Amino acid sequence: MIAIDDYRRVAPPGVVDMLLRLAEKVRGRRLLHISGGRFGGGSAEILHTLVPMMIDLGVDAAWEITGGDPGFYTTATSLRAALDGAERVLADEALAHYVEMNRVNAKKLALDADLVIVHDVQPATLVEHRGPGSRWVWGCHFDASRAQRRAWTFLRPWINQYDAAIFSLPRFGRRLSIPRYVIAPSIDPLSEKNRDLTTREVTTILRGLGLTQDRPILLQVAPFTAAEDPLGVINAYRLVKKHYNVRLVLAGTSETDRPGVEMLAELREAARHDPDITVLELPPDAHLQINALQRAATIVLQKSVHEAFGLGAVEAMWKGKPVVGGFAGGLTQQIIYDVTGYTVHSVEGAAFRLRHLLNNPELIARMGAAGREHVRRSFLVTRHLTDYMALLIHVTR
Amino acid sequence: MTTPTSAPFQFIGCVELRQALDHRARDERELLDRLEDAPAGSIFYHTHGYFLRHRPITTAYGNDFAAWVASHVRDQVLAERLAVINPFEMDSLEELREELMSVVHDHLLRLSTIPRVEFGDAFHFQQSHIVEVPLGPAVTTLLEFRAGLADVDASAIYFHMVEARARLGRRSGDFAEWIRTSLQLPALAERLERIDAYMTSLERVRARALALVDAELEEATA
Repeated sequence: MIAIDDYRRVAPPGVVDMLLRLAEKVRGRRLLHISGGRFGGGSAEILHTLVPMMIDLGVDAAWEITGGDPGFYTTATSLRAALDGAERVLADEALAHYVEMNRVNAKKLALDADLVIVHDVQPATLVEHRGPGSRWVWGCHFDASRAQRRAWTFLRPWINQYDAAIFSLPRFGRRLSIPRYVIAPSIDPLSEKNRDLTTREVTTILRGLGLTQDRPILLQVAPFTAAEDPLGVINAYRLVKKHYNVRLVLAGTSETDRPGVEMLAELREAARHDPDITVLELPPDAHLQINALQRAATIVLQKSVHEAFGLGAVEAMWKGKPVVGGFAGGLTQQIIYDVTGYTVHSVEGAAFRLRHLLNNPELIARMGAAGREHVRRSFLVTRHLTDYMALLIHVTR
Repeated sequence: MTTPTSAPFQFIGCVELRQALDHRARDERELLDRLEDAPAGSIFYHTHGYFLRHRPITTAYGNDFAAWVASHVRDQVLAERLAVINPFEMDSLEELREELMSVVHDHLLRLSTIPRVEFGDAFHFQQSHIVEVPLGPAVTTLLEFRAGLADVDASAIYFHMVEARARLGRRSGDFAEWIRTSLQLPALAERLERIDAYMTSLERVRARALALVDAELEEATA
């Protein structure tokens, strides 16, 4: 069991004491998180860390989840995808059923709290059951700026019933009649994905993955989808390979739909002709393997062309690695250009920056150290917790 | 130096809750328009607030407007002209707003075409709400003040030297004001007031303040 005091050795000086002071200010106020489930990434992943930390600080915090029948989950998933910009068919009856299922959820859940934070789409319509005196905030963990019009038209009246909304970046939000607060996501430095590993642990894990550390490793950890541009990464690597004897490791999960299957086949075909390219298909819970890969890498790529906030660059920077990232989503916030890495617009730009770094090893060390410090200040869960406490104080004052 | 004052000083740290506004600019013309109608709190956030958020890595630009023009519009000339505006030299946020607008306006007059953001992001105006957090026990002597200043979270340096001056109307800053009125040390207060917080980190400001206090303490014991 990780305690709040364990974060003293990784968080910036004074932050844990600040959290303890903030906790004193919110004593007696109850905070309730509601999400669509306890498993998977996004809000569930961070709530697994944040809620126990809050309780350890003495905050009266709780976490409830909604449930439903298959129709409810299907509609909520489609609505979420449409709000994220994908084209989906949203039938009136299906949306009515989704709302009705949340009415059933409302009867089962104890919604009494000073501040209720409802995360993402699945429980969003619970707001119609808010009690008097409590404040309700909607937490949006994706980029809603390109939402399908029908989806946003359906959801907006519900969201406007909240007291405020939270977005990861200012531009991820849409115009609303309520205040929009900005709280960036974070990583847990003590989790399996980010905790310190010994050199021996890294070597053992890499051996298990069939990799050796006999030369510099360029790494991208990301789903094998067009949005993450793994083919662009291979093309950038090829430009670099003319000058440097490096390995390329593409690690991620593959999609089961047709574009996903085709993408994986293309990557495997590229790897078949070049023994220095490794395509690793990992399960979603391969946290320790990803940790070891990031620690073994010389430079980490995150060459996304369309990205939500994403935290791959932050994870790599926490391990002291410079990051060459695409100019997309939250990467421009995570990477400080020329300080912790580079954001690039093209395959050629990525290749140029990789060569620049490989040719200046002292820069790799300097940027890696700056990146770790940048993450320590801006993207650790302690900062996330500080933001939530500030929110609790501000909206319930 | 060691005689306690009857008016103790309480260090206050702060955390900021950021709020996105509906104002946004996609080019320099829109930046000028939005600068005119953005709330004063937003001008504060993108200029003075920069120092709270950018520790300890000080970047090449002293405010968010200059940083955006440089990295998203890619207009180095305007970026340089905005970066050199020292928000701490302005008497009010309205004066600062006027200065920023004047620089952008003057720059636009010299351009034949207004550069658009082709490969970057629009500038999204924000403002912040500061949550104050008392830190440690109150101090009553210069020696205790020195010990508190050395240990306190860096956000307290920001709160007492930036937020107090620019947004709360305490023009001398809280450190100088307390040292002048409660400890009756006007010369030290004046030196603390003159510390230049522009284009540096909060830790460096802390180090400079500590050096001044140490010099005063040494002088008193000599």
